[in-house]
Amino acid sequence: MQKFTQLTGIAAPLDLINIDTDMIIPKQFLKTIHRTGLGKNLFDEMRYDDNGQPIADFVLNKEPYTAAQILVAGDNFGCGSSREHAPWALLDFGIRCVIAPSFADIFYNNCFKNGILPIKLPRETVDQLMEKAERGGNAMFTIDLENQDVVDPDGNKHAFEVDEFRRHCLLNGLDDIALTLQKDEKITSYEGKRADEAPWVALQQG
Amino acid sequence: MGSPRTLFDKIWDSHVVDVQEDGTCLLYIDRHMVHEVTSPQAFEGLRNAGRPVRRTGQTLAVADHNVPTEGRDKGIADEESRTQVETLAANCAEFGVPYLEMNDIRQGIVHIVGPEQGFTLPGMTIVCGDSHTATHGAFGSLAFGIGTSEVEHVLATQTLLQKPAKNMRITVEGPLRPGLTAKDLTLAIIGKIGTAGGTGYVIEYAGEAIMALSMEGRMTVCNMAIEGGARAGLIAPDQTTFDYVKGRPMAPEGADWDKAVEYWSSLPSDEGAAYDVEIKLHTDEIAPQVTWGTSPEDVIAVTENVPNPADINDKNKAAAVQRALDYMGLTAGQPMTDVKIDTVFIGSCTNGRIEDLREVAAIAKGRKVAEGVRTLIVPGSGLVKRQAEEEGLDKIFKEAGFDWREPGCSMCLAMNADKLAPGERCASTSNRNFEGRQGRGGRTHLVSPGMAAAAAIKGHLADVREFL
Ligand code: SF4
Repeated sequence: MQKFTQLTGIAAPLDLINIDTDMIIPKQFLKTIHRTGLGKNLFDEMRYDDNGQPIADFVLNKEPYTAAQILVAGDNFGCGSSREHAPWALLDFGIRCVIAPSFADIFYNNCFKNGILPIKLPRETVDQLMEKAERGGNAMFTIDLENQDVVDPDGNKHAFEVDEFRRHCLLNGLDDIALTLQKDEKITSYEGKRADEAPWVALQQG
Repeated sequence: MGSPRTLFDKIWDSHVVDVQEDGTCLLYIDRHMVHEVTSPQAFEGLRNAGRPVRRTGQTLAVADHNVPTEGRDKGIADEESRTQVETLAANCAEFGVPYLEMNDIRQGIVHIVGPEQGFTLPGMTIVCGDSHTATHGAFGSLAFGIGTSEVEHVLATQTLLQKPAKNMRITVEGPLRPGLTAKDLTLAIIGKIGTAGGTGYVIEYAGEAIMALSMEGRMTVCNMAIEGGARAGLIAPDQTTFDYVKGRPMAPEGADWDKAVEYWSSLPSDEGAAYDVEIKLHTDEIAPQVTWGTSPEDVIAVTENVPNPADINDKNKAAAVQRALDYMGLTAGQPMTDVKIDTVFIGSCTNGRIEDLREVAAIAKGRKVAEGVRTLIVPGSGLVKRQAEEEGLDKIFKEAGFDWREPGCSMCLAMNADKLAPGERCASTSNRNFEGRQGRGGRTHLVSPGMAAAAAIKGHLADVREFL
């Protein structure tokens, strides 16, 4: 996984609530067996018309937002299906940070596994950042995971909270499977104990 | 004795393998279900790292999202869909994971197959790379959806890194009257708490109306916990649960069965256990429900009118309502029962079980589908299909003019050939009415199976109680 320490870039404002994962990446693109290549279809149905032509006033089709690395959005971002294709599509487009007042659980989780930082900030702050993001290319945002703050284009700092373990993994680009496998003994001893209490759990290996 | 614990607390506590300094837990996973859409990249990750699947026997795979619902003997026409299903079969063979192939009678939607096979049992932790894994919470098991990276983590380690959720209890008192189903309860709950209302919580459903439900109904309720923002829904296991589980192919037997029932009987929440949030509803306040918008929380009683954005103070909400009405092609103030429909879809992991089909048959019997309405009835699994045919339900459907299909997800998300055309309006028993969910530009109204059947017969949204 790619490390996330500090990021300076353009933020695209997407002032909608309940942006669901079907909007982020519609199901016709879930048939892939790869993680990459989904960026061109990010927000597909909002981004392209029936003939596949870009819709001019959709934010990610407008300059300078075609190069956005940050997304600012409304409440409950990422609700709906568990598809990790949603963060994969964001990442493939170049988005490494999403700022919103709230996120749906599974999406929030999936971001961290892919080197994307989801940031929760109070609604009033997000509203302010949304306005500043409207200024486009002259308005650069800096996201600092080390210091846990967002520096807006006017130099104001907005502190955010993030789970300590997730922060550690993101800062160091750690793969959690390798970390968990270091606890193999604990897992094996748990399985042994559980086999006594609930012998019906461990089904015959195939 | 320690302090009183909830059902969630008990399941959680019994699955913690390790706790890190910051409170993150390594949680043991008893059952892992796998489908074709969210697993290829996970198996690829294992292969790249040279890691095996830790507990193949506790893993079960089935293809459901991409499978066609007619002409199965001809295979899958769409190349990408076929590749995805073939990739699952190949991955399962390579890693030794049990796989139910498309023409196996047990094939079906993963959340219907697990319970049918007795793979889903009370008191367990159950995951799948699919948000509607919440369905299995109906058995009093902690079941939730995960992303593909986590699928890989579970395959490799049989554990997940998690922080405990908060406890919410939603109590529905009062009897279930005719025409009022599990689907109406779960929609009414989402209408009340909103699609983000359950974020960060596990919802335990309780009360007279919930406990009176069959296992099928309980699965319908828990299935949509995710639409209420919760990661999981739970219902305490009781005799109804044990009766359903007993004798299933993968359920315990003999002395193990007795031991299991004793253990499962200890799981219901203790008297005095604390919930972070308590919500109460009464069936008196709940009429058959229908959604008017593009989020499951956009739900009202079928007897009501389409809401008016002008009546809403919050500017973001009003804008969202207007956007939804434009998308749905509805006018503020219009009675819901005036809304004409083109298509009816009956199926999905929400309402694709035998009881749902019986509900449809009760309405369809001796009646005809309205002229010009396209209908699809897609059983949730091969076993549901067989049972429906043994009961003669398929004949009732066909005589009424319904189209009877092969099992799968079908038009719930339209990844196979079953989809809505732009502007086409559908009464659907599935769980999501998002923009484009059932096909680009398609318009979805979520309803119960009885309500879907009533709409098919009338040609417009209708109150199922008129048919009883
Ligand atoms: S029926 Fe629909 S909601 Fe259920 S698993 Fe299939 S696609 Fe998902």
